[in-house]
Parts: sequence; structure tokens; C-alpha cells
Amino acid sequence: MMSTINERATTPATSASLPAGRSRRAPRSSQPKIPRAFYWMVVPAVVLFFTLHTIPVLTGTFFSLTNYSGYGTWSFVGVSNYINLFLDSRVLNSYGFTFFFAIVSTLLVNVISLAIALGLNANIRFRTAFRGIFFIPYVLAILVIGYVFNYLFANSFPAIAESLGLPAGNLLADPQFAWVGIVITTVWQAAAFNVILYLAGLQTIPGELYEAAAIDGASSWRRFRSITFPLIGAYFTINMVLSFKSFLQVFDQIVALTNGGPGTSTESIAMVIYRGGFQGGEYGYQMANAVIYLVVIIVLSFLQLRFLQRREATT
Amino acid sequence: MSATTGATRAITTAETRSTTRMRRPVLTTLSGGNGGTNWWLTALIAVCSLTVLIPLYFTIVTALKSPDQLGGTGFELPTSIRWENFAEAYQLTNFPQALLNTALITVGAVALTLLTNSLVAYAIARNMHRKFFKGLYFYFLAAIFVPFPIIMLPVVKETALLGLDTPVGLVLLYTVYGLSFNIFIFTAYIQSIPIELEEAARMDGASTWGVFWKIVFPLLAPMNATVGILTCVWAWNDFLLPLVILSDPSARTLPLAQFVFQGQFNTNYTVAFASYLMALAPLLIVYIAAQRWVVSGVMRGSTK
Repeated sequence: MMSTINERATTPATSASLPAGRSRRAPRSSQPKIPRAFYWMVVPAVVLFFTLHTIPVLTGTFFSLTNYSGYGTWSFVGVSNYINLFLDSRVLNSYGFTFFFAIVSTLLVNVISLAIALGLNANIRFRTAFRGIFFIPYVLAILVIGYVFNYLFANSFPAIAESLGLPAGNLLADPQFAWVGIVITTVWQAAAFNVILYLAGLQTIPGELYEAAAIDGASSWRRFRSITFPLIGAYFTINMVLSFKSFLQVFDQIVALTNGGPGTSTESIAMVIYRGGFQGGEYGYQMANAVIYLVVIIVLSFLQLRFLQRREATT
Repeated sequence: MSATTGATRAITTAETRSTTRMRRPVLTTLSGGNGGTNWWLTALIAVCSLTVLIPLYFTIVTALKSPDQLGGTGFELPTSIRWENFAEAYQLTNFPQALLNTALITVGAVALTLLTNSLVAYAIARNMHRKFFKGLYFYFLAAIFVPFPIIMLPVVKETALLGLDTPVGLVLLYTVYGLSFNIFIFTAYIQSIPIELEEAARMDGASTWGVFWKIVFPLLAPMNATVGILTCVWAWNDFLLPLVILSDPSARTLPLAQFVFQGQFNTNYTVAFASYLMALAPLLIVYIAAQRWVVSGVMRGSTK
């Protein structure tokens, strides 16, 4: 599909369509030099990107080797920041919590979204209306949703549980189960986009495949396993990797729901870096944290891609 | 319909095949086999959709109540409506200012993104055979995996230094940070556009810029719609970037304003919910009005 300008220009068909007298002005596409314009198209973006993205990554990594507090004087401390991070229980807890949260959320969101997408793709009535409803959470700010759910968990749900005779209490105030509330809120909002994504993928599967399978007597589950799931494999892979990466950076809803509490039991990595770096004067230290975070995400995403792509190839 | 005869044939063939387990016809409609609607599934989906609507209902209902109506489960309809909730929230969170800021930043980010990102992707997509551009492609793509927290602390200092700790700076940041993902999807899409169209235009003497703006850009309309929607929702609802970058309180965006005044609401829940509702309302209303267009736009883009 991708062809170069050089190859195409030599075909007689295109040169035959040249109006007489214009051939001298037409660019000689067989030249190896590409139009300067392409360079101009990318250079401003590259400059801006380098300035606003790459340089911060570099300066940040540099400061991770210092004891910079965000202001004032600083000095090199080598890798002591990195060593101290592995001894810091608050940091270790945040990694543990964030990973646990990301894994649970990724699985739940993808499974639930796929299930709903399958339902929406089937023979139901009011499909467009339901599709529209399921997409609503996507346009809502997760921070504000967090505030709403905060109130629900603190007041409404305990009241309902009490009237049903179930154990009542604010889920978010329980150090052991606060994460459940955070996961519920996250899934509620994140499923919206993924439902649409999976629905789009499902609709690329030609209906004839299902009909043929039905003629051969395949059950619905068999049809799902052998037709649906393999064909949306690519979507599933990309989605799992991107969702996981995005959930690892969770911040907004934790601020709204628990603010890291009770205590520091629900602090995410991003939150620790934010608090320590901005409010705690631990700039250098938290930058080391961020560098480790970066390496972890790159390694995990890479591994995930390899694992899921290999599975895709074998099904 | 062929599907019905197919299903009937399936039943007869299955009966002769003792090894094949045959599900009853009701479930063949699960994947759209027959012509009838699956009401059982419709009901199930309807119940699921309630989980989306209930928190919204709750927000609306609570925002209309007066504090004495707050007891119980909270899902009851208000006995009397207290419109003052909205007026108080309006003043406390400086709503009009926040709304204006958010709107300007979002419009700016979407416009700048749509005008520039596809341009870069075009240059890269048409020159992937050259090391420089291919290198750029992977350079931008690699950034997708860079989590924001590692940039967070340094970029705050940098924007303050460059005088970009303003809404204009935010617009620039959204455009630049969106480059990675947008180049990824635009490049894939552009590579599916036949190059003959550009060839022909070039033969007619069009410059490279002309080829892009006159031929390629119009063809990118569906992709632009998707990217536009994604950027709009991102910029409008974003919290962390305005939180750390903006230094002027009067430049606050809607989510940031919510955060700042959350502490001030204390137990004034009805006013707080009125504020939440007002913060969620603009994008929600736009969405409901353009719902079909938005959903189909996102769906079309995601298949690419």
C-alpha cells in the first residue's frame, strides 16, 4: 500500500496525463531529494515536543541523582535516592496498591465492556439509544464522578444496606476495602469508552461467518470462542495494554474518593510523586521514583504486548 | 431469509448428527441469526444501562433538594425544589470564569491539534522509507509509554520559566502531548489513502503544502472527527495538568474549581451537588445533542 513517489512517476500512465507544456514545470519525481516542505511540516512539532516533553524527561532524570527539594541549593547524591526508595514503605505500598488496582480494573473493565458490547451487537431493540446511554460516563470528568460516588459510598449505600439488613458502613473508610470503591468508580467511568471500542470491533466481523457456523450447528459459546474472540483479538490486545498503562497512572478519582486514605492505604504512585514532589519538598527523591515508574511501565507494556500478540498468533 | 432457512437446516442436520450438541433456536438469535428481536437480552441490557443512569439521577435529584431532605437513601425525589443551590454554587466556584477558561482551552487545544498533528503524521507517513522520518515516528510513539508523573515536576518549572503557566501554555501542552497518540493513528489512516491522488495533484503543479491541505486534509475528515472528540473530552475534563501548571487562580478550569472548593462545601451537600451538576452539564448537554455523531465518530476512528 505504501509506495514512494519515485516509483510511481515512471509509469507511462501518469506521464501520459501530463498536459502539454506543463511537463517542464512538473517536479522531477525521480530525484532522490524529497521536497523540503516535508521537513518544514515536522520541524516545528519536533522542536516543541522536544522542549515540552523530552527535555523535562531528561532534566527530571538528572535531578533524580540529586537531593533537590524543588527550590534552593542542591547537591549530587548519586543513586542513594534509588536505594532509599526500595526501603520506603510508603512508596512500596503505593506501587503495590497501584498495580493491584490496575490489574483488577483492567480485567474488570475489559471483560464487562466486551460483554456489554456483545449484548449491544446482538438482536436487541433500541440499540442506538442504549449505545448512547452506555457512552455517557466517558464525557463526564472522573474527578466530579469521584465526588458523587464519594457521597454515595459514605451515605446512600450504607443507608440502603441497613434497610436490607446487610452490614453497613462507608466502604471508602475501610483500609482493607477502600480499593473496592475506587475500582467500582473507575470501572463505571472507563467501561463507557471500551464498550464503544469493542462494539466497533465486533461490527467488523461479517455476519456470514456466524450464519455459516450456525448452519454447521455450532452453539453460541462455540461461535464466540472460535469466531468472535479470535477476530477481535487485535482490539483486545491493544486495549488491555492501553487500559493497564492508563490505570497505572490513576490520580483524579483517588483524590476525589479517598485522597489516598484511610491513612496512605490508597495512595497511587502518581499521587505519591505529586505530594512528595510538590508539597513535601522531595523533588529529587520523587524524580527517582518517577524514573523507576517509567522503566516499570515500559517493561510491562512491552511484555504484555509480546504475550498477548503471541497468543493472538496461535489462536 | 437465508438465515432462517439456515437455522432450520441446522436443526435438521444437528438432529442427524448425534455427536453435535444443538442449542435451542432462542439462543441462535444471540449473534443476530434470526430476524426476531431478543427481548430477554434487551431487558438485560436495559437493566445494565440503569447502572449508568442511577448515579446521574442521584446527582440531579440531590442538587435540587434542600439540606433537610438529605436523609435516608437519597434516591427519593425532592419534595420541594431549592433552586438557590445552583445560585450559591455558581458564586462559590466562580462558575462563569471556570467555564470560560475551560471552553477557551478546549477549543484552542482541539483547533491547534487538528491543524498540526495530521500535518506531522502526513509528512511521516509519506516518508517512512527514509530513516529520519521513520526515526521520528518511533520517537513520537515511544512517548505514549512515558507516564505523565515523570514529566510532571520538571515541566512545571519549565512552563513557569517560559511564561507558559497560563491557559495558552495548557493549549500548547495538550497539542504537544497529544502528538504521540495522534501521530500513531493518523499515520495508519494516511497510509491507507492511495498515493495516486497526491501524485496527480503534484503533476498538476501543486506544492507539497497544497497537496496536503487540498487533497489529504479533506480526506482525513472522519479521523479528524475522532481525534477532535477525544481531544475535546480530554482537555475539558482534565484535572492534573491544570492543577500543576496554572499559577493564576482566575485561570482555573471547571474540574480544578471543583477541587478547590470541595473543601469549602463541608456538609453543604446540596450546594456541592448543584456544583457537580453544573460542572458535568456542559459536555453532557453537547453530547446528548450530538450523540449519534459523537458515538459513530469514535467508533469509526477506533476501527483504524
